[in-house]
Amino acid sequence: MSTLDAALDGASVVVCCGSGGVGKTTTAAVIGIELARRGHRVVVVTIDPARRLADALGLPDGIGAEPQRIDLDAPGELWAMMLDTAVMFDRVVRANAANEEQADRIVQNRFFRNMVGALSGTQEYMASEALHQLHGDDRFDVVVVDTPPSRHALDFLEAPGVLARFLDHKVFRLLMLPTRRGLKVLNTAAQPILRAIGRVVGSDVLADAVAFFQAFTGMEAGFRERAASVMVLLVSPQTRYVLVAAPRHDTVAEAVWFADQLRARGIGVSAAVVNRAHPRFGSGTAAEAAERASAEDDQAIAALWANLAELRTIAERERQAVAPLHDRLGRAPMVDVPLLAGDVHDRDGLAEIGAHLFKKARSVPAPGRR
Amino acid sequence: MPTLIAATVVVVAGKGGVGKTTVTAVLARAAADSGRRVLAVELDGKPLLADLLPGIDVRSISATDALDEYLRDHGFTRVAKRLATTGVIDVISTAAPGIDDIVVLGKIKQLERSGQWDLIVVDGPAAGHAITFLTSAQGMLDSVRGGPVFTQAKDVTELLTDPERCQIVLVTLPEATPVNEVIETMATLVDRVGVRLGPVVVNEVDARTDVPDPTAMKLGRGADAKALRAAAVFRRARRAMQDDEIARLEQAITLPRVDLVSLPVAGLDADHIRTLAASLTRAAGTP
Repeated sequence: MSTLDAALDGASVVVCCGSGGVGKTTTAAVIGIELARRGHRVVVVTIDPARRLADALGLPDGIGAEPQRIDLDAPGELWAMMLDTAVMFDRVVRANAANEEQADRIVQNRFFRNMVGALSGTQEYMASEALHQLHGDDRFDVVVVDTPPSRHALDFLEAPGVLARFLDHKVFRLLMLPTRRGLKVLNTAAQPILRAIGRVVGSDVLADAVAFFQAFTGMEAGFRERAASVMVLLVSPQTRYVLVAAPRHDTVAEAVWFADQLRARGIGVSAAVVNRAHPRFGSGTAAEAAERASAEDDQAIAALWANLAELRTIAERERQAVAPLHDRLGRAPMVDVPLLAGDVHDRDGLAEIGAHLFKKARSVPAPGRR
Repeated sequence: MPTLIAATVVVVAGKGGVGKTTVTAVLARAAADSGRRVLAVELDGKPLLADLLPGIDVRSISATDALDEYLRDHGFTRVAKRLATTGVIDVISTAAPGIDDIVVLGKIKQLERSGQWDLIVVDGPAAGHAITFLTSAQGMLDSVRGGPVFTQAKDVTELLTDPERCQIVLVTLPEATPVNEVIETMATLVDRVGVRLGPVVVNEVDARTDVPDPTAMKLGRGADAKALRAAAVFRRARRAMQDDEIARLEQAITLPRVDLVSLPVAGLDADHIRTLAASLTRAAGTP
């Protein structure tokens, strides 16, 4: 049986990626618990944690925007935080602004507020930003990130460049020209297009945009540098990628595609986790069980064989579905987490998943006594 | 045969992984098989519906293309060209958040108005975006006064809030977390958008084949008996959990509920969609 044990040795960042609804957040939490058991000080960053996960971790008020220590009887420490895009973006602006006045001007601008909420890739960008900040935080040895549930998991890797690219827009540069000269008039070359934009979205909206770009002057270089250092961290050998999938063709295809994209960037996948795999009952095949079902005279026993045949059929088809992912992994381990009879809503549930992902994780330390 | 959905446009919404695309395809197939002219629409993302729905019209609408088309249709042809080449579309959609959603919904409205189809089923946007997607038009009405975008937002709001023209179908799984999420989404949509909600679809519900309780049965002690027993216990526990969650959902909603059975496969193809559509029609009526 393969496990994730070796894949996490020496990791300082663990990135969990995969399509929506495949159990990324739960996987990230279980990895966090295991690393704390090994004595590391771990922080898990989640995007949109389900209420039950917060409950399972013993955080009845939910997971907050600041790292919170979780009560865990382990040699290390476990912290959790939820990514709040708006809070994070404000922080980034404040860290990069020349002074408080510039920062205020930006964060109060309506165009900026819109950008925080609407620019595609913002959430991914802020996830990578959070990763960068927490990685530099002395309180933690390991950062576990649960990437945003996007159809394009790759956004996360490209996220650091989102704002830089945005700032590279010609419109931005055109708008910047006049302020460099110290004039408040707009560059004439920009005008026809600006007029058109104004007619489409309204002139006050356009005025907000102009004010934003002007307020941003001087900060682009800082943002680009930051983006560059996040990129370095993302490709570092201490950063591990764990692909998470469900045993269905669609999520496996997504994981395979992502593995290829990582490879194209010179990054290897450290491990794959296949959640919600149907358990295998006994050693026979589905066909054998189906044969027994039709040969059986006792109706009740025949029904049991038919049930076994159906569950084995699903397990066999799931195995075929995950085969392409298996092929892509090379020597990296692939671990199945079987579909559980119930939902994961407490530490026993997390422990049960942990027992499948890691060799020694038979139980999760009880809360208390730290 | 009862009619399951009495509107032309149906937006299928739900969290990632619950099976929105499956439900979109099943509704489209069931309606097409009952003789209606059907269009299935997917937004951005990967083209999946064409393979699932052979013989049915499928359109893919992306925000970028819809904005481009919108600008061209409104006399901004030259601008549209420049916007596309300079990538300024990002700037526009940031300046006026929701504009990309509005142009997409506007495009859907245009398809509806063409009268070419009796039913348009939209595979809604991914994870969590459904609420903003549906509220964008109203947000825009509050912030922009006049201009072509205002008109568009007004048209879209009219479409979304007219129960004869548009309904939202929410999808969930018979499990705790997705059920919690659908209950929350439901409240938000009704409060904030004023949309008409169609039936709630529970996807991947265990087909109720007979699985007797093995504890009372004499099966012996061999490996076969062990496998039979474990498989039956597992199946019955899953069912009990699903029953609890479906009961909890029933308590929380006043909408009709439609179940789609779980097929013993690892991903669906066009034939599976046909099977599910036929059983949907038998159990609940035609969409």
